[in-house]
Amino acid sequence: MSEHQVFNTPRLEVPDRSLSRARMKVDRAAWASRYFRNFNRKAVLEIAESIAEAGYNRAGEFAELAVSETGYGVVEHKKLKNQLCTYELLNYYRDLDLVTPRVDAARQIIELAKPAGVVFALAPATNPVATVYYKAMLAVLSRNAIVISPHPAAKKTSVLAAQHLAAAAEAAGAPSGLIQCVEEPSIPLVQDIMASDRINVIIATGGTAMVRAAYSSGNPALGVGPGNAVAYVDPSANVAATAKCLVDSKSFDNSVLCTNESVVITLEKNRGNLERALRSAGAHICNEIDTDKLRNYLFGGEGFTLEAIGKSARWIAEQAGVRVSPATKVLVPVVATPGQDDLLFHEKLCPVLTLTAAVDFEQAVTFAKHTTRRGAGHSAAFHGDNSNRLVDFSQKMPVYRVVVNAPCSQGAAGFATHLPPTFTIGTGFAGRSSVGENVGPQHLVHWTRIAYAKDSKVNLESIDLSDVTTSGNPTAEVQSRKSVTEPVDSGVRDELRRLILEELQNLKGDAQ
Amino acid sequence: MQKAAEYWNPGKVSFWTEAGTPMVIDRREGYFLYDMSGKRLIDLHLNGGTYNFGHRHPELVEVLKSGLDYFDMGNHWFPSVARAAFAEQLVNTAPHTKYAIFGAGGAEAVEIALKTARYATKRKKIVSIIKGYHGHSGLSVATGDERFSKIFLADQPDDFLQIPFNDADALESVLKGRDVAAFIIETIPATYGFPMPNDGYLKACQDLCHKYGTKFISDEVQTGLMRTGVMWGWQGYGLKPDIFVCGKGLGGGIYPISACLVTEECGQWLVEDGAAHISTAGGSELGCLVGHHVIEMLQRPEVISNIKFVTEYFAQSMKEMMARHSDFFVGVRQRGVVLGLEFDHPEGAVAVSRALYENGVWAIFSSLDKSVLQFKPGVVLDVDTCQEIIDRFDAAMPRARQILKSGRRVA
Repeated sequence: MSEHQVFNTPRLEVPDRSLSRARMKVDRAAWASRYFRNFNRKAVLEIAESIAEAGYNRAGEFAELAVSETGYGVVEHKKLKNQLCTYELLNYYRDLDLVTPRVDAARQIIELAKPAGVVFALAPATNPVATVYYKAMLAVLSRNAIVISPHPAAKKTSVLAAQHLAAAAEAAGAPSGLIQCVEEPSIPLVQDIMASDRINVIIATGGTAMVRAAYSSGNPALGVGPGNAVAYVDPSANVAATAKCLVDSKSFDNSVLCTNESVVITLEKNRGNLERALRSAGAHICNEIDTDKLRNYLFGGEGFTLEAIGKSARWIAEQAGVRVSPATKVLVPVVATPGQDDLLFHEKLCPVLTLTAAVDFEQAVTFAKHTTRRGAGHSAAFHGDNSNRLVDFSQKMPVYRVVVNAPCSQGAAGFATHLPPTFTIGTGFAGRSSVGENVGPQHLVHWTRIAYAKDSKVNLESIDLSDVTTSGNPTAEVQSRKSVTEPVDSGVRDELRRLILEELQNLKGDAQ
Repeated sequence: MQKAAEYWNPGKVSFWTEAGTPMVIDRREGYFLYDMSGKRLIDLHLNGGTYNFGHRHPELVEVLKSGLDYFDMGNHWFPSVARAAFAEQLVNTAPHTKYAIFGAGGAEAVEIALKTARYATKRKKIVSIIKGYHGHSGLSVATGDERFSKIFLADQPDDFLQIPFNDADALESVLKGRDVAAFIIETIPATYGFPMPNDGYLKACQDLCHKYGTKFISDEVQTGLMRTGVMWGWQGYGLKPDIFVCGKGLGGGIYPISACLVTEECGQWLVEDGAAHISTAGGSELGCLVGHHVIEMLQRPEVISNIKFVTEYFAQSMKEMMARHSDFFVGVRQRGVVLGLEFDHPEGAVAVSRALYENGVWAIFSSLDKSVLQFKPGVVLDVDTCQEIIDRFDAAMPRARQILKSGRRVA
């Protein structure tokens, strides 16, 4: 050793606090769930109402933050999406009671709701706030506690949004720790938590790798993967209206929703019409050279050019070296024949919509089917009035949503159709997922079914189920349970006793 | 067992054997202990909060391991980054104090506290409560129960006075002579079975001390570190002790360290002669690293929230347990995650401790009041383990009843 030595190595490596803190969050969520899982419907709706209001009030502010943090999307559209995940979402599910025991007198079955417990949710960078809002609302409506792991690129905004909702939930009587968000997400952290036996279910929204990891974790998972939606434009369609749908859909939040159309296919004879209509709706129809430039820009590197995600059509055109009018909302590269190998037929989370044309309906369907395999189980759109073709198309396509005469982005996610509003699109068996519907709170609850013998005739209405839920406030729980139920009891209890006796006698009778 | 009795401590070995809890701890992880046969026990003893975060908390183990790559105990004579950072952090948790003085164990910190008080007041006498407990070194053992001092001829009845707990008048009568340096008290006396201070008692004691020029010392070895729901127990009683000591859990159960925090006025000896008290093992740099991390962890919102949940859970479920076993489970003393369970029998807690042991839970009775069981859940206990503790507790009650009925002395 020399007489004077300078050490460049760090003196101390502090352990990964974020992983440790995330584990602590999961434990805290389990505590919250312990109380919340018994809340009654009134208490649950009060909390849901409170987070809806809180979310709605700051939807615009968080939209701005999300766009500035991630660089994806359009503030106005994000604000709208955030708002949709507050009251709109709540109103859709308001009458779906996932709390109160269900009594089916005819089938002699009583069902008791059993929430999952701790939900671990992954949120993408493309819809950070809307996903936080949406998943928190789902958790509240199903009486689960939730720990959200945001995409690292959107962590600041996601954490703020989650904290905001958590405060509102607590103010409305929720136990603390009901809604939490990981501050410093990372892949090892997510893998560790996903594999932990402390969580009860994973809702994974994200890339294929993440979704597969969720399914391989050993925990129950509701995972949904990428889409690659095809819109078929039948000659029976009103092209002007169709073009408007397509442009609205592709330009909405710069196309970051996984339900946005990737490819539009029509028949040769209709292509000219559609191109004209698209142009007047604000799309730039690319010539061959422009199409090549776009393909080079978007797919010239390794896979899709990530910086293009959620950017505007003009920005992308500029990067690709394509001259467009300033009013351009969507870029439409044209691939004359529907071959399978053109890179422009892959998923594009940006306002670029590839147009192609088939010689007949059969070829269009075959092509659409193959294209959709890259985002199997997801969504497709049909434009036109020919219902025979619509049914044929829907029957053959490996998707679980076919949106008709509506923008696919908003339609499949349930905002322009009557589908359940969602930011988690179940891709079902075709997409190697366990759920094929739009994911809702009902997927986070299982039911204990009390089933009587087929020939029993028990008066289920008289059974006292009041003890399975509590009015909320965890500290008041013990007291209220004692003071409320005891006086009410005597009559009901006698009745119960009589019923049980009767039943026992019936059973005995049967045995003899 | 035999070798332990032969070479180590025959008294302790035979005591535990007779008590029916002949445990030799093998592996340990989280809040679980395993004996040599592999039987698992949930640890509710935690050595008075030493294992506040459970045994070998992975984060703390990692800190210590990583620390060993660069640090050792350090040289107590010199300033060091680790000691300065840890002292600053501790003082920040109690802004009315000025200096943190380090030791290796709780008794050493108490020793420093008593010496500091004597320095600051130039008085010699020390007052403590009957059945108080502050450690086993020279000055500290003299403050405690005579069981621990007389045997070593270490009692000093002239300079060390003892008064009954929860009796402010008794304190005033000994302070009146204005010759008492310090009154030292555990914020909730642990070894006495966590009797709760009456409303206003501690504040009255502090006021009396100030009235008669005596230093008020809080022993926070068992009540500090968030165990009563706040970082230091005295915070919850609206106190500002002149001096307070902490130890046990400060080292995360993996590296011994203790600290004595003093106000600027009391700490003047550090200015006059900083080497008046020295300690080779006190404030070792490795201990400071671990301690620093312990305090940081305790300040996390997740941990604070978890403590609230654990506190609330045991408050509720102990109420239920008491209703179910009211024939001999007669009272709960609780503040945060510090609980004393009262049983209606002079040795009730010994029986319960044994019954719990047979049911896979390890909780120790109070040495100085064997009707009270010390029940000390950790700060990051999860909901399932807590539920299991109560289930096992419920199952152990009939067995405890049976042990007590059998009538024979249990310990």
